[in-house]
Amino acid sequence: MKVVIPIPERRVHEIKGPKQVHAILKELGLVSESVIVIWGENLLTPDVTVPDEAEIEVRPAISGG
Amino acid sequence: MKCRKCGQPAVVALKRHNTAFCREHYLEFFYGQVDRAVKAYRMFARDDRILVAVSGGKDSLALWDVLLATGYQADGLYIDLGIAGYSERSKEKVVAFARARGAGLRVVSVREKYGLGIRELARQARRAACSVCGLHKRYFFNREAMEGGYNVVATGHNLDDEAATLLGNLLNWNTGYLARQAPLLEASAPNLVRKVKPLYRLTEKEIASYAVLRRIDYIVEECPMAVGARSILYKHLLNRLEEVSPGTKARFLFGFLEKGREAFAAGEEEVQLKACAICGQPTTADICSRCRTLRRAGVKL
Ligand code: SF4
Ligand SMILES: [Zn+2]
Ligand SMILES: [Zn+2]
Repeated sequence: MKVVIPIPERRVHEIKGPKQVHAILKELGLVSESVIVIWGENLLTPDVTVPDEAEIEVRPAISGG
Repeated sequence: MKCRKCGQPAVVALKRHNTAFCREHYLEFFYGQVDRAVKAYRMFARDDRILVAVSGGKDSLALWDVLLATGYQADGLYIDLGIAGYSERSKEKVVAFARARGAGLRVVSVREKYGLGIRELARQARRAACSVCGLHKRYFFNREAMEGGYNVVATGHNLDDEAATLLGNLLNWNTGYLARQAPLLEASAPNLVRKVKPLYRLTEKEIASYAVLRRIDYIVEECPMAVGARSILYKHLLNRLEEVSPGTKARFLFGFLEKGREAFAAGEEEVQLKACAICGQPTTADICSRCRTLRRAGVKL
C-alpha cells in the first residue's frame, strides 16, 4: 500500500499489506496519539486492516507555536 | 471497533475514555465537550457576540465551525502575519471557510500596517518571532474586539497546547504564568476583552478528527516559525506518556485547573495596569512591549 505523510515534507512510503493501522504506525515509528489516519473520506481506528492496494494518509495532528 | 452508542463501525477510538464512536456519535461527543467547557467557565451565552481568532489551522477553524453549528453568533478574525507563502495559503483557507458559511470575517495585515512582516519585525527588533507575534496577536484581539463591539475573543487552544504550556511553566517555575493559565481570562482593564478557550477539553487528535469528519479544509502545513519550538517537543513527550497511560494529559491539565492553579494565583500580587502612552492598551510600564518592540524595529509610531 501507499502511505502518504504530508508534512513537514510530503513523503510516500510503500508498506506491504494487508496490515492493521496500529502495525503500520509502529512500522513508521509513529505514535498513534500524534496522528490521524485517513482513507478516502474516512478515518481509520487502530484495529482496521488496510488492504495492499489502498492509499492512505497519515496526517500529523501536532502543531506548534 | 464498534460505536459504543449504536454498534455501527467506529471512525474514532478514544483510548482515554475507553470508547469509540461512529461519525454521528463522535460529533455528538465533541459538541458535548465544548458545551461542558463553555458552561463550566460561563465563557459566553447565546446573546454574546464572539470573535474567533482564526489562523486557518485545524483548531481555530474547528472552533469556529462548532460555534456556528451550535447556534452561536461568531465572526472570525484573521491576522495576516506577512510570512511569505504561508500567510497567503492560510488566509485562502480562512476566506473560503467564511464564504462557504456566510460568516463574518475581519482581516488585519501586519505588513500593511507596519510595512514589514512578523519575521522582519522580529529580526530588526532582535527578538524571537513567536514572542513578537504573540504581542501583536494580543494587541489585535483587543483592538478588533473593541472596535467591532464583541464581548469575547475565543481562541482554538486545545488540551495539548495547554498541557504543553503547563509543563513548560512548571519546568521553569513561572509562577506568574501558572497563576494566570486558565480556560478563561476575564477582562482586567477597561480596554481588554475577555478571552476564552472552548476547546481546552479536547486533544489535537480529537480536533483533527473532527475537522476531517466535518470536511473542513484547513491548512495542514505549519507556520515556518514553529520549527523546533519547545512546545512541540513537550507535546511529543506528553503523547508518549499518553500512549502508555491514556488520560495522562487530561489528568495533568484538569488536575492543575482544579487543585493547583489557585495556590499560584493566591501568591500573586496585584499589578497596577496603566494605559500605554502610544497605543492605549493596558501595560505595567509607560509604553507597552508591543510598541517598544515596534520602535526597536524602526517602525514610526
Ligand atoms: S509559530 Fe510563532 S510566528 Fe508562527 S503563528 Fe505561531 S506564534 Fe506566530
Ligand atoms: Zn454511533
Ligand atoms: Zn502600546
